[in-house]
Amino acid sequence: MEVELLELLKDLETLKRSLPDSSLHASIDKMRLRVDYVTNLANAAPARRSKVKDMSAEVVDTNPYSRLMALQRMGIVENYERIREFSVAIVGIGGVGSVAAEMLTRCGIGRLLLYDYDKVELANMNRLFFRPEQVGMTKTDAAVQTLSDINPDVVLESYTLNITTVQGFDTFMSSLKNKTFRPSKEGSGVDLVLSCVDNYEARMAVNQACNELNQIWMESGVSEDAVSGHIQLLVPGETACFACAPPLVVASGVDERTLKREGVCAASLPTTMGVVAGLLVQNTLKLLLQFGNVSPYLGYNSLKDYFPTMEMKPNPQCSNAACLERQKEYMLTKPVRDAAAKAKLEAAASVALEGPLHADNEWNISVVDDSDPDSIDGATSDALPEGLKRELPTADEFQNTPPAAVPTTTTVDDLEELRKQLEALNAE
Amino acid sequence: MEGWDTSTKSTLTQIPLLSAKAGPRDGASWTQRLKEEYKSLIAYTQMNKSNDNDWFHISAANPEGTRWTGKCWYVHNLLKYEFDLQFDIPVTYPSTAPELELPQLDGKTQKMYRGGKICLTVHFKPLWAKNCPRFGIAHALCLGLAPWLAAEVPILVDSGMIKHKDDSSSSAES
Repeated sequence: MEVELLELLKDLETLKRSLPDSSLHASIDKMRLRVDYVTNLANAAPARRSKVKDMSAEVVDTNPYSRLMALQRMGIVENYERIREFSVAIVGIGGVGSVAAEMLTRCGIGRLLLYDYDKVELANMNRLFFRPEQVGMTKTDAAVQTLSDINPDVVLESYTLNITTVQGFDTFMSSLKNKTFRPSKEGSGVDLVLSCVDNYEARMAVNQACNELNQIWMESGVSEDAVSGHIQLLVPGETACFACAPPLVVASGVDERTLKREGVCAASLPTTMGVVAGLLVQNTLKLLLQFGNVSPYLGYNSLKDYFPTMEMKPNPQCSNAACLERQKEYMLTKPVRDAAAKAKLEAAASVALEGPLHADNEWNISVVDDSDPDSIDGATSDALPEGLKRELPTADEFQNTPPAAVPTTTTVDDLEELRKQLEALNAE
Repeated sequence: MEGWDTSTKSTLTQIPLLSAKAGPRDGASWTQRLKEEYKSLIAYTQMNKSNDNDWFHISAANPEGTRWTGKCWYVHNLLKYEFDLQFDIPVTYPSTAPELELPQLDGKTQKMYRGGKICLTVHFKPLWAKNCPRFGIAHALCLGLAPWLAAEVPILVDSGMIKHKDDSSSSAES
């Protein structure tokens, strides 16, 4: 732009000289002043930073990654720069998803895939991230606009679709499978899927896709009364899938009847959503960059500042067929896992233990781990830690006996015939 | 089922239950499920007609039977209020219920999600979860949409949010 404005100035100068009529010189000079003004404006406008090739640990004001690379120096993360290899898919770019996307963008994640079908509304302004001037844009477009300004190094892909519909789900699946970003990666094309949606249907759709693709994912949620939330890690076959048991919610800890207000479908607070997004991305970073303990489930009750945690084993009677397949595969790899765990234990023991702990063991006492996570006892316990409860009931035992004959004239079993019968009734 | 009126309860027991647990991605089993959906919808519609309580028409909008469109109506103070009705069969059906939409009422009531999806969370979702896969579209209409209309239409009319189509002072749909 600067070059073009300089050219324009030169052209004006040439024009002025070639004009025999000096009465026009004044207006040409005026135009030159205006070009000068525009040049100044353009120079003052904030420049978008250019992409960086390597993450530098150099401590200078101009390095966007110096504080992140310092995690290595502090001994928290072994190799922070690995973050650029990772792809994370975020489903639902609302109060939690958009903030999670911004956090990952600022952390310099390699690639983000964003899914949402909604548009930005003024009613969203009580939450973080979106700005009033973005009202009317799709959430995915608005997010890409902001995120690419914040960090141009992140590869952003946006998908404006509803994953619960047949067509949207197909696109969702194929986008997760696409491996062009890192062809050498095993499994699907993404390292993690984050579910930041606000409804059960969409969570079940994410669950279905991840079970089918054997894709590790994290679920997040904020209660409709905006005072509690949770995050949950789901590893197909290894932990409970979302369909293994009715979803958990964090009990508010106060009388429900005093909270439930008629006529209001959902409240929201930027605080609760920001906290949940923070917990979700923290767990994501721990998982991807391998530091600390990755939480299998973490609840947040803001009224009592209570954070329940728990682990959930998969349900061997899960209604989701793909989940059962993953459970079977996980059981088959048990010997390999056991061997690896034993080798690790022995390696640790050979370093730590020089002699036997006790010289004699008259009663042959040995310590046995009674919490073997691989044994499936046929029934998942319904006992929940204090402060957690189920959101929906489990399906009743399903009898295979056909329901009692109903008074109906329908005896045909042809789809087209049935369709016509319904149409005939509609037309009556 | 506590808290439900006796007529809804007795209607419900007469709607044929379904048995095929299959969604739109399940090929031949979905076709089987679709047949059961039709049978149950036909029986429910016939029952409504014979009780002089016809209140919806619904047809599959595509050959796969994954999108449905139609009309539903509710009589309040002897006036009939009619609305477009539409919904998709979700990929995770029947584990999750269809999200019933009344697009003309979008933005007119709080008991609705964006796009005109009616709020079913409290009164219907637990019942659906408990009775999966035996409940189908007809049950969703009977236990999800019918009570919603009965609760919301009188409020919408009385508050002036919707007007009857013969009300000349209005341009709103009815």
